[in-house]
Amino acid sequence: MANYYTDHPEIGFHLNHPEMKRVVDLREKDYADKDKYDYAPVDFEDAMENYRRVLEITGDVAANVIEPNSESVDLEGPHLENNRMIYASKTVENIEATRRAGLWGVSMPRRYGGLNLPNAVFSMLSEVISAADAGFQNIWSLQSCIDTLYEFGSEEQRQEFIPRVCEGAMMSMDLTEPDAGSDLQRVMLKATRDEENDCWRLNGVKRFITNGDSDIHLVLARSEEGTTDGRGLSMFIYDKRDGGVDVRHIEHKLGIHGSPTCELTYKNAKAQLCGNTRMGLIKYVMALMNGARLGIAAQSVGLSQEAYNEALSYANDRQQFGQKIVNFPAVYDMLSRMKAKLDAGRSLLYQTARYVDIYKCLEDIQRDRSLTAEEKQEMKKYQRLADAFTPVAKGMNSEYANQNAYDAVSVHGGSGFIMEYKSQRLMRDARIFSIYEGTTQLQVVAAIRYITNGTYLGIIKEMLEREVSEELRPLHSRVAAMVTLYEESIAHAKEAADQEMHDFLARRLYDMTAEIIMSLLILDDATRCPELFKKSAQVYVRMAEENVVGKAAYVRNFKAEDLADFRA
Amino acid sequence: MYNRSIMSLRIIVLAKQVPDTRNVGPDAMTPEGTVNRSTLPAIFNPEDMNALEQALRLKDEFPGSTVHVLTMGPARATDVIREGLFRGADGGYLLSDRAFAGADTLATSYALATAIRKIGIPDIVIGGRQAIDGDTAQVGPQVAQKLDLNQITYVNSIDEVKDGLITVTRHIDGGVEKVQAPLPILLTVNGDAAPCRPQNAKLVMKYKRATAPMERAEGMPYAEEYEKKPYLTVTQWTVADINGDYDQCGLAGSPTKVKAVQNIAFKAKESKTLAGSDEDINGLVQELLNEKIIG
Repeated sequence: MANYYTDHPEIGFHLNHPEMKRVVDLREKDYADKDKYDYAPVDFEDAMENYRRVLEITGDVAANVIEPNSESVDLEGPHLENNRMIYASKTVENIEATRRAGLWGVSMPRRYGGLNLPNAVFSMLSEVISAADAGFQNIWSLQSCIDTLYEFGSEEQRQEFIPRVCEGAMMSMDLTEPDAGSDLQRVMLKATRDEENDCWRLNGVKRFITNGDSDIHLVLARSEEGTTDGRGLSMFIYDKRDGGVDVRHIEHKLGIHGSPTCELTYKNAKAQLCGNTRMGLIKYVMALMNGARLGIAAQSVGLSQEAYNEALSYANDRQQFGQKIVNFPAVYDMLSRMKAKLDAGRSLLYQTARYVDIYKCLEDIQRDRSLTAEEKQEMKKYQRLADAFTPVAKGMNSEYANQNAYDAVSVHGGSGFIMEYKSQRLMRDARIFSIYEGTTQLQVVAAIRYITNGTYLGIIKEMLEREVSEELRPLHSRVAAMVTLYEESIAHAKEAADQEMHDFLARRLYDMTAEIIMSLLILDDATRCPELFKKSAQVYVRMAEENVVGKAAYVRNFKAEDLADFRA
Repeated sequence: MYNRSIMSLRIIVLAKQVPDTRNVGPDAMTPEGTVNRSTLPAIFNPEDMNALEQALRLKDEFPGSTVHVLTMGPARATDVIREGLFRGADGGYLLSDRAFAGADTLATSYALATAIRKIGIPDIVIGGRQAIDGDTAQVGPQVAQKLDLNQITYVNSIDEVKDGLITVTRHIDGGVEKVQAPLPILLTVNGDAAPCRPQNAKLVMKYKRATAPMERAEGMPYAEEYEKKPYLTVTQWTVADINGDYDQCGLAGSPTKVKAVQNIAFKAKESKTLAGSDEDINGLVQELLNEKIIG
C-alpha cells in the first residue's frame, strides 16, 4: 500500500541525522517519562522507533485517506451556513482519520496528553500531510498554535486547552484585519476588560483567518486604549464554546480550497488574556509566526515532492517522437532541477527544525531548572541560528514549491493545463506559500540583518570546514569560490552605505545566502548517503553557481544612483 | 442479563493472517501451482479488518467494553493481534501449535470455538465474511453452530445494541435488510462495511513490542520490559491449553482433502468494439440476454 513516508526514504534520512541525538535527549529530558506513561520511550533508540512509527501512520493516512479525498475537497470547498463555516465533506473525513490516528497535539508534553514530538518530526508529519493535500495541512498544522499557548499561557490555561487540542480540537490564529496584513502593528480589534465577569471582551473584525471557525483561537487585539502601534497589542484566547464570534464570509481563493479562509466578527466575545498585556505582537506573535513559518516551509517541501512525483511519472508515461519524454534533455533538465530543489530545500527545512528544537528544548528545560553556563551558551547559539534560518527555510522552500509546481505543469504539456490533472491544483495551491505568514519579500527583511551581521557567513564557514567525500571535492571547491563572491557582494552593498540600495539588493544577497547554505547541506547529505543525494548535489551546486555568479555580478555593478532607473 | 443501564460489551474478533492475494504478481504461484508465500506479503484479512472496526465502534459507543482479537496461526500471525492493539483492541489470543496446522474450516472452527469457550462466551463474536485465501465463508457460521450462538452473516453495519438485542443492516441479493436478534451472537461482516480506522500513534508506541512468548529470542533488546509491562505479552495457547481434542484439530480433524491445485491463467478472447449508437447498445444487451449473462 502507498505510504507517503516510507515511499520517500529521503525523509527517513533526515530523521536519522546525527544531530537528532542531541535533539531527542533534550526533548525527552533524559527519558524521565518512561515510568509515568506507557507510551513514553525508554531511551534514544526507542524514541526514534516511536517517531518512525508515527511517521508510518501519518504516511498511511496521507496516502490512503487524505490524498484520495483531495480532488473532491478542492472541488467542494467549505461553505457558510448560519454564520458558521462548514468544511467540505471529505475534510471532515480527513479530520476524523487524523483524530483516530492520534495526530493532534503531537508536540505537547505527555502530561497534557501529547506525544512530545520534536519540531523536526512535527515538520516531517507536516510535509507528509501536505504532499497529500496542502490545504488540509493548514487545518492540521494550525495545532502548532498550542506551542505558543504552552509557552506563554498560565498553568491553568495549559490544563484547560492543551488536552482538548490533543483530542483533536481545532485552532486558529486570528491576526490579520482588513487594514492590517503584513503590517500587524495596525491591528484594531478592541479588547476591553470586563471586571464584573473577570474576563476580557473582544469587538471588531478579523480578515483572512485560516480555519477561522476553529474551537480555540489565539487573537491579537488592542488592549491599550489610545495606542496605535505594536506596543498596545496583547494576545487573547477565545473559546468557541463561549460564543460571540461569527463567520461573516468565506473567501473564494485561487488554491488550497479545502482550507477555509474566514472573515470574523467579534461581538463582545469573551476571552482570556494569554501572558502579559502589550507583549502580544512583539513577543508572542513573533513566536507564533516563527512556528507557522516553519510550518509553511514543511508544507512547501511536501508539495514540491508531490509536484516532482507527478512530473516524473507523467514524463515516464508520455511518449512523443517515438520515445518517452523523460529521455529528452529539456525534460530531464527540468526534472533534475526539481529534485535538486526539493532535496536541498528539505535539508534546509530539517536543519532549521533541529536548530529550533535545540533552542526551544533548552528554553523549556529552563522552566524547571536553571541551565548550566554551557547550556545557556548553546541555547543562545541555536536561538540565533533558528531565527536566522527560519526566514530562509520559509522563503526559499515556498519559492521552490511554486517553481516545482510550475515545472510540473510544463512537463505535462497541454495536459498540465487541464483541470483533470493534479499538477494544475498543485500550482494553484502553492501560490499562497510565498505570500502568507510573511511574503518572501518580508522573509528577506527578516533575514537581512543576519546577512549584514555575519551570522550566515559564520555558519557557512563552519560548514565549509566539514569533510566531503572524495568525488564531491570538485563541487566543494566551487562552493568555496561562491562564498568568496558572496563576501565581496556583502562588502560592496555595505560600502555604499545607502539604505535604499541595501533594501533593493537584499533579495539577491538573501538568495545567494540560501543557495550557498543549501549547496553545503546537500554536499553533506550526499557525503553521508550518495545513493540518495549524489545526483541532487551535482545538479544543485551547478544551479547555485549559475545563480550566485550572476547575482554577484549584478551586485558588483550596482550603484545607488542606478535606483532611479528602477523606481516605479 | 442485558438490561443494564450502563452497558458494556465483551467482544471477540476472529481474525486471520492471509497472503495478500489482491496484489498478485507474476511469481505469485510456484511452478507446482501452490501459493508462493515468499512473494506475497502476509496481511490482516481485509474483511476481518471491517469486523474489527465494527467491534471498535461498539467499544467507542459503550465505554468499558472490551475487544479481544483471536487468531490461529504460526508465531508471525501475532501481527494481526498487534494490528488490533494498535487500533484499540484490549488484548488478543494466539492459537499456535503444530497440531493446529493444516486445518480446514471444520478443524479451524473447532479450535476457535474451543478457545472462545475457554475465554468465556462473550456478548458478540465478530469476524469477516470470508478470508481472501480460502474464500469459503464457512468458519464464522461453524463457530456459531458449535457454540450454539445466534448468527447474522453479511453484516454491513451494526445499527443498535439495546436491551439485549442487536439490530444490523445486512447485505442480501439486490439490496439490504435490517435484522434484529438477541445477544449473545456471532456476526460476519462484509468488505463494503466501514473501513477500519488507522493505527493510533499512542497505542502503537505502547504496544509496538507486544509479542507472543514464542516470538521472543534470547538476548533480544528491551527483554526486561516484559516483566514490568504485562500488557506486552500476547496470550499464546496450544491445543492442550484450550483442552482441545487432538483428533478434531489441524490436519487430523480436517475431512477436506485438496485433490489438486490448478493454476488457471485467464486468457482474453476476441474483443468487440461498439460505437455509442443505440443500435450497437441494443444489440449488445440482446446478446447478453440471449447468452443468459444478464436477465
